[in-house]
Amino acid sequence: MLEIKNLSASIKGNVILDGLNLTVKTGEVAAIMGPNGSGKSTLSYVIAGKPDYEVTSGEVLLNGENILGLAPDVRAARGIFLAFQYPIEIPGVATMTFLKATLNAQRRARGLADLTTPEFMRIVRTAAQGLKVDPDILKRPLNVGFSGGEKKRMEILQMTLLAPRLGVLDETDSGLDIDALRIVADGVNALRGPDRSFLVITHYQRLLEHITPDVVHVMARGHIVKSGGPELALELERNGYRDYVTEAA
Amino acid sequence: MTAAPALPRTAAELGLAEQFRAAPGAAASSARAAAFHRFESAGLPTRRVESWHYTDLRVALAKAAPLAAPPDEATIAAAKDRLATLPRLAPARLVLINGVFVAALSDPPPAGVTLAPAAASATFSVDDPMLALALALAPAGVAAIVAPGAKPSPIEVVHCFAGEGPRSVYSRLVIDVGAAASAAFVERFVGAGTETQRHASTAIDVAAGGALAHVAAIEDEPGLHVESEVVRLAEGAALDAFAFVAGGALVRRQIFARLVGERARIGLAGLGLLDGRRHADTTLEVVHAAPRGESREFYRHIVADEANGVFQGKVIVQPGAQKTDGAMKSQAILLSPEATMNAKPELEIFADDVVCGHGATIGALDPEQLFYLQARGLPPAEAEAMLLEAFGAEAISRVADAELAEALLALMRDWLARRGRGSRS
Repeated sequence: MLEIKNLSASIKGNVILDGLNLTVKTGEVAAIMGPNGSGKSTLSYVIAGKPDYEVTSGEVLLNGENILGLAPDVRAARGIFLAFQYPIEIPGVATMTFLKATLNAQRRARGLADLTTPEFMRIVRTAAQGLKVDPDILKRPLNVGFSGGEKKRMEILQMTLLAPRLGVLDETDSGLDIDALRIVADGVNALRGPDRSFLVITHYQRLLEHITPDVVHVMARGHIVKSGGPELALELERNGYRDYVTEAA
Repeated sequence: MTAAPALPRTAAELGLAEQFRAAPGAAASSARAAAFHRFESAGLPTRRVESWHYTDLRVALAKAAPLAAPPDEATIAAAKDRLATLPRLAPARLVLINGVFVAALSDPPPAGVTLAPAAASATFSVDDPMLALALALAPAGVAAIVAPGAKPSPIEVVHCFAGEGPRSVYSRLVIDVGAAASAAFVERFVGAGTETQRHASTAIDVAAGGALAHVAAIEDEPGLHVESEVVRLAEGAALDAFAFVAGGALVRRQIFARLVGERARIGLAGLGLLDGRRHADTTLEVVHAAPRGESREFYRHIVADEANGVFQGKVIVQPGAQKTDGAMKSQAILLSPEATMNAKPELEIFADDVVCGHGATIGALDPEQLFYLQARGLPPAEAEAMLLEAFGAEAISRVADAELAEALLALMRDWLARRGRGSRS
């Protein structure tokens, strides 16, 4: 599904990703854990195509195709979805309007016809119910005045509607109380399947209690320094990141 | 306005003087002669005139185009066909062609409204050279008089241009709202082309306790559009005015408002959509001349390509206009490095017990918002249009009439779609 080879990227001259290699198999849930400043969020942005970052070397292959030259909307149409750590507020754009526009834009990019309004309404209502999203919130401007939990649930709602091939979750657990965390995790788990992969980026192990990863990668200083099974997350929880932070200092 | 130092007459000024002398009946009317004299002694405004600082008509108006002919039967017949396809923005329609009121194309006014020639309105007595020029050269036009206490259905006034090649068109409209009456007028400008020079004037007088909603929409592409609105609000009177500017190479809209009665309220708002090399200037002068008045100004501009937007808002609180409550806001989004916006809000306060504030912002679209929308699959042009529509819609939300607001939203979407197509080519 996703193959990252020797990826280096910088922002304003600061090297953040430094020769990163990573493979996520189809149907796999891979967790990336790491200390603050290790480049986890940068990795998610570079995969999604945020223009602030300069890729200085390497490739990001999605099903064999290097996506680094593609615009963010084209990547989205190819099936990449980034759940933002800090979802952006869009004043003046009703959430419903936004959802319909994104869904239809992706359908058009794949050569499908726009959804009719009744079809769209049915799909949104079903997904919102599953994530316990208050239907009233869908009439409000996107993310404006939403609580932290509402914003994160809205990200998962979008992911559910857009049904990506690869979901990248950037610190989706941050700012969530335990109930919201469970709802969000249930939403993600409902989307797991043999054709869909996830990259779950998190600082803490607690999210992984709810979304059980197939593999865990540890990231430090801009690349993957260790990979293992779910037990690696527990080890990190016990020992912290100090072994990885100081390793090459 | 102080007399400008004597500058040599420009070709345009000489041409205008000739047109005035030749215009049928114009020189014989003392009011028109006085108006033209006011224009001539000031001349076309230059950058040195403070209120015209960003729009130098002496430079921009190289030549005064010949006056458009008054409509004849053939013109009226042709206009009738064109108007039949123009969707209405209000139940009743009044039509002016080249400034001349055409009863044959107009609906009978709704109950409570009478029409008369707009001969002389004292409300027009504001000292501005371009207003003076319009009053000197405009045909009689029309006055719509709303009877005291009346609540007529909304009226649209369609200013049609008819003619070929370079032509000047002048118009005069008076809206008189009687005491405790409530009315809504939409002024629409249609039919002009790049060789049209338009000079429009509107006097708005709202008597005690009256209320007027007014919308002006420039829907065509005049080479020059100079529009003066002169407003007088009596005690407890209210005006909510909105301007939609999406066309015209050089547009100047100026509003002179005087709140002469206590507790008068004025809300001025507008949306300017500027692309190509358009220049659009909105200049306001709001005078609080009585206590407890309220003024709100809210203008938004989207400026693309090499276009140039101007907002000048001056709120004057005269001595004795205590408890005035004023707030002014101008916000602009620039879409290209060559686009410019000049915003100059000003307060002149001569009373000590007032609450007045102003703010102006000029910026680009937020790259974080654009990326978020694109990351969800919206192509860049669509993402941009979504954010711009939201920005413009907030200005349009000041229009209380839901159907009218919807029609303006549709006009804005047309403009955004045209731009989107243009930027992809």
